[in-house]
Order: sequence, then C-alpha cells, then structure tokens
Amino acid sequence: MAKIGNVWVFIEQEGGVIADVSLELLCKGRELAAELGVKTEAVLLGDKLEKCVPALYEYGADKVFLAEDPRLEPFTTLPYAKVIMDLIHEHKPNILLFGATLKGRELAPRVASEKLAGLTADCTSLRIDDFDDKVNKKSYTNKLMQIRPAFGGNIIATIVNTWDDPQMVTVREGVMKMDEPLKGRKGELVKVKVALTEAETVIKVIERVREDKDVDLKGAQVIVAGGYGVGSKDNFKLIYQLAEAIGGEVGASRAAVDAGWISHDHQVGQTGVTVRPKLYIACGISGSIQHRAGMTESKKIIAINTDPDAPIFAVSHYSIVGDLNAVIPQMIKAFKAKQ
Amino acid sequence: MTVSYTVIVFVKQVPDTQNISGEAMTPQGTVNRAALPAIFNPEDLNALELALQLKDRYNARVIVGTMGPPNAAEVLRNALYRGADEAFLLTDRAFAGADTLATSYALSCAAKKYGKFDLILCGRQAIDGDTAQVGPQLAEKLALPQICYIEDVVKLEPGKIRAKRAIDGGYEVLEAPTPCLLTVIDSNIPRPQNAMRIMKYKKAKTKSEVIKGNSEYTDAERLAEVEKRLAEKGLLIHEWSAEDVGADKGRIGFAGSPTKVKEVMSVILTATDSKKVEPTEQGITDLMHELITDHTLG
Repeated sequence: MAKIGNVWVFIEQEGGVIADVSLELLCKGRELAAELGVKTEAVLLGDKLEKCVPALYEYGADKVFLAEDPRLEPFTTLPYAKVIMDLIHEHKPNILLFGATLKGRELAPRVASEKLAGLTADCTSLRIDDFDDKVNKKSYTNKLMQIRPAFGGNIIATIVNTWDDPQMVTVREGVMKMDEPLKGRKGELVKVKVALTEAETVIKVIERVREDKDVDLKGAQVIVAGGYGVGSKDNFKLIYQLAEAIGGEVGASRAAVDAGWISHDHQVGQTGVTVRPKLYIACGISGSIQHRAGMTESKKIIAINTDPDAPIFAVSHYSIVGDLNAVIPQMIKAFKAKQ
Repeated sequence: MTVSYTVIVFVKQVPDTQNISGEAMTPQGTVNRAALPAIFNPEDLNALELALQLKDRYNARVIVGTMGPPNAAEVLRNALYRGADEAFLLTDRAFAGADTLATSYALSCAAKKYGKFDLILCGRQAIDGDTAQVGPQLAEKLALPQICYIEDVVKLEPGKIRAKRAIDGGYEVLEAPTPCLLTVIDSNIPRPQNAMRIMKYKKAKTKSEVIKGNSEYTDAERLAEVEKRLAEKGLLIHEWSAEDVGADKGRIGFAGSPTKVKEVMSVILTATDSKKVEPTEQGITDLMHELITDHTLG
C-alpha cells in the first residue's frame, strides 16, 4: 500500500494572534494522525509570524510550513489558496482541516474546487473508520468520517470523501477540545517559498475596520442567555444583571439578535457560537433546534420560560415555568444572600 | 441610460428546514424534497435584491439562474416578479445527487453557456446544507476572483467593482476586477413581488411547462414556434439539460461528487435528568443553594 499523507491543519491568524479553533484542530489533528500513524503538520500564512511557531509545536504540530509575504497580510482568499495549493501538490497530505470561520469557509472551497477534492463544511465530530460504499460497490479503509449537522440541525450526517486526497473539512469553532499545550515540545520549521502571480493579487483591500470582540462566550464557565421572551432591548438589562451577579457572560438566541436587542457576537447556536459552560441559563428562549445545537453540551442547563411546552425544556436540567421578570430578580437575591 | 452591465444571480429552491424530521431524508441520505414545502433560499433573495439595486443604479441587466427539478422554475418566476429580466433553469436527471463540487461545475457550465457577464451573485449559503461552498467553488471553476460575505456594492464601473463585506469583528472594502463573483449575506431587505410584473410573468414558462400545459405542442415544429413567440415577449424561461450546457457526464450528479453520505441520523436532544423548579422564592433559593453547593457557581 502506498504511504498515506500527513494530517494538515490550516492555522488562522489575525494580527499574529492564532485563532483558538486552529489550536483545537491541532489537538484533534494529532489524535487523528496518531491513529493513522502519520505526522501532524501546520500551515501558517501571513507576514512576520515566526513568533507564532513555537505554540504550534506545543499544541501538537510536528512540522510547521510557514509562508511569509507582505501580500499574505491581511488575509485575502486568492493568494492564500495559491500558496496552499502549491503545498498540497508538493507534499500530498491525507487530511486537511480548516476552522469553519469566515476565512476558513471562503478559503477551503476555493482550494477544494481546484484540487477536485471533496469538502465537508461545519463538521462537529471527526473520526477514522472504514467505509463500505454499497452504491458503487467499493470499500475504503481508514477514511475520515466527517460528521456534521444538516437541514438546519435536524439531522446529523456522516460524510466520506471517496476521491483522491486530501480529505478536506471545515470544523466548527469550539467543538473540538483544546488540550493543555506541552511546554517545550519542539518541531521542524519549513519556510515556504511564496510564488504568487498577478492573477492571485488582483483584489485590493481599500479599507479594513475591525475590533476585537468584547465577549468571550466560548471560554465562559457561566452563560446567561436571553431570547425573544425577554421582550425588549431595554429589558435585556435583566440578563446583564444576572450575568454580572453570578459572574457569567451574556449570550442570546438568534431571535434576540435579529430583533436588534444585542449584537451577533453574543449569539449561541448553529449560526453563532457553540458553547459548553458549567452552567447555561436560558431566559425566554423557546429552544429552536438551531439554538439547542449550540448549547446542549453545557454541564447544567436552567431554562426559564412561561410556556411549559417550550422545546428548551427538553434539554434543561432545571425547568422553571414562570416569568423571567420575576424569576431573575429572585435568583440574584438568592445568590447574593447565599454567598 | 443604456444597458451597461450583465449580472447573473444564481438562486436555489430549498426545502423549508424549520420543523422537519429525519423522515425527510431518503435511505441513501439524500433529501426527499417532495415531502417538504419549497421556498426561495433566503440569502439568494438578498443576492437578487443587490442585483436589482445594481439594475436601479447602473441599468444592469439581471439574469437569474437555478439548477433543480422542473418545478424549480417557480423560484425563477418569483425572481421575475421582483424585477429580474431573464431566467434559465438547468434541469436534468443527470444532475441529481450532486454535492457542492458537482453543483459548482454544473453552474459553471451554465454561466459559460449564457455567455458574457460582469458579475455573478450568489447567496452566501442555502438553508438546506448551510455549506457556503458553492459560491467560492463556482468562482474557482470560472477562474474568477471571489468576494464573500458582501453587504453592499460601493461602486461598479467598467472592469472594476468596489464592495463592502463582513469580516470577523468588522468590515472590509475590497476592489476587484470584473468579471467576478460575490456571495451576499442577509444585509438588505428584498423588495416584494410587483403586481404588474406578476400579471406579465405568470405566463413565463419553460419548454417543459409549455409541453405539459398543451399536449398538441409535442410536435417539434409547433413547439419551436410557441417557444419563439414566448421568447419575443420575454416570457421564455430557458431550460437547459446537461448536454445543452456541454457538461461532462463524469463531473455532474452523483458520479461527479467526491463526497458520499455514509449515514444520517435524526437529532434527538434530551437532558438525562430534568428537575422542575417552582418559580417561588423557596424554589429559586433552593436552586441557587444547590448550584453553589456543587460548585457550579461561586
């Protein structure tokens, strides 16, 4: 049997700060690589990034391909796709993981299309298994099982890429566990020669405005989330008050975000952030499947809703059928009294 | 004002994915679309609206295209009611079972068949798959620059476009040469269907619909005549098969799709143990006490 290629992780960075999802994927990549008996390799693009490299070894990379060029900063799709394609042609990885971020979701399909490779979006779980394709009467060993929600989160599909390597996926942020870094772990640095032509540099960045998010839902141990049942932007202060009292971050359902009561940064669920805090308090959230998909792995879930039939109660550990306007102040009072 | 730009908008008819179950899937893991209400994919309506704004601003000609079963002509008529000028339907059993790679290839063939254009607009993603892959893949297939997550077009001029798009935590204004491809996010309010246009375009038909409605048109010569008459009134929805657009059979449909579905499961989310808490002072006090005691809080 021909030697199989390594597991690659595309490392996303913004201003020299590596995205959490890339570190999560290095940890997962290392696990997959161990099972396949291959190496884990990181692909890092941008400019002046050598300082980022040691952390990649510590999170599991055996090798780092570093491509530095002023034209790779800030991120634009075409030059990134070109550099990655060139690397794929040269090194033939078996698996290529991207974060399902805005950048990952525009870059990965461009690469997959050129490579004529299968690509599965927004995976929430990955494992190695055999695949028996009954329709085409073909068997495959040691393939990447690409598991993702589809149909608005109503089904979970396991997808396999049956064509040539690499097997490409984008993976949702926050779903793979980030292990503790192994301090002092070393790897090999490979500096990549960047070969770009005019065709890849036709898009010009005229203006770029961004701010770091002021909310860290993924890392939060306690989240108090409000939904449409909160009733108004003004009433969202109740959610903030509870979060502040018990030391949590503020989350929201899509309905509350769409109503304009709170920014999208706070959105939990399929089109927002996936969270798994110690405690999730859902206030006035009915619990659409899209919302539940993003919070159901929380250790403890408290749901407060006036509707006893709200689907959120199907996943809550503590169900409070009642008015959040009365319940939340009681919770704040009880917590302060107990401390 | 003369017509200066040609904008193709690719749209998709999708099953309404609210409140459906695993029964909507076939054992092969493909979608049983017949079991679900079909709607205009929401972000494709945003793409169409942006195209129609370009029509208003620059007198662009807006062509709407889709790939799907024969009844996907419904979304094309919907687009004509809102302001699109022309429509084409890519339909063939050979396209069935396509993943995003095979879909983008088929659409690239249709775009080439249409001919010269300045822009292709797509919604960012469709609500049945939520992959957001077809736009970038189509751009690559046509060797076009792509700009994803478009909120608005700042300026369109011959050979050049400036557009604003979302990035993590902010926005960018990018400039790209045309032709290029844009994927559009939920950033505008699609205009409603226009009553006058409904009166006119409810008569717009594909070839299959002409045949279906009038058995006498099976005669090829007579059919061609009817098609010609519809086309003269701008009421013919072009209908193209895989062969019509010159698609390679090995690259479309199931055969052209590298990804295969191994299995599909319905999602059932339930908490293992659930406790009812009374919304009383005592009930809430006991709950908070429990959370502090087991170190969930504090």
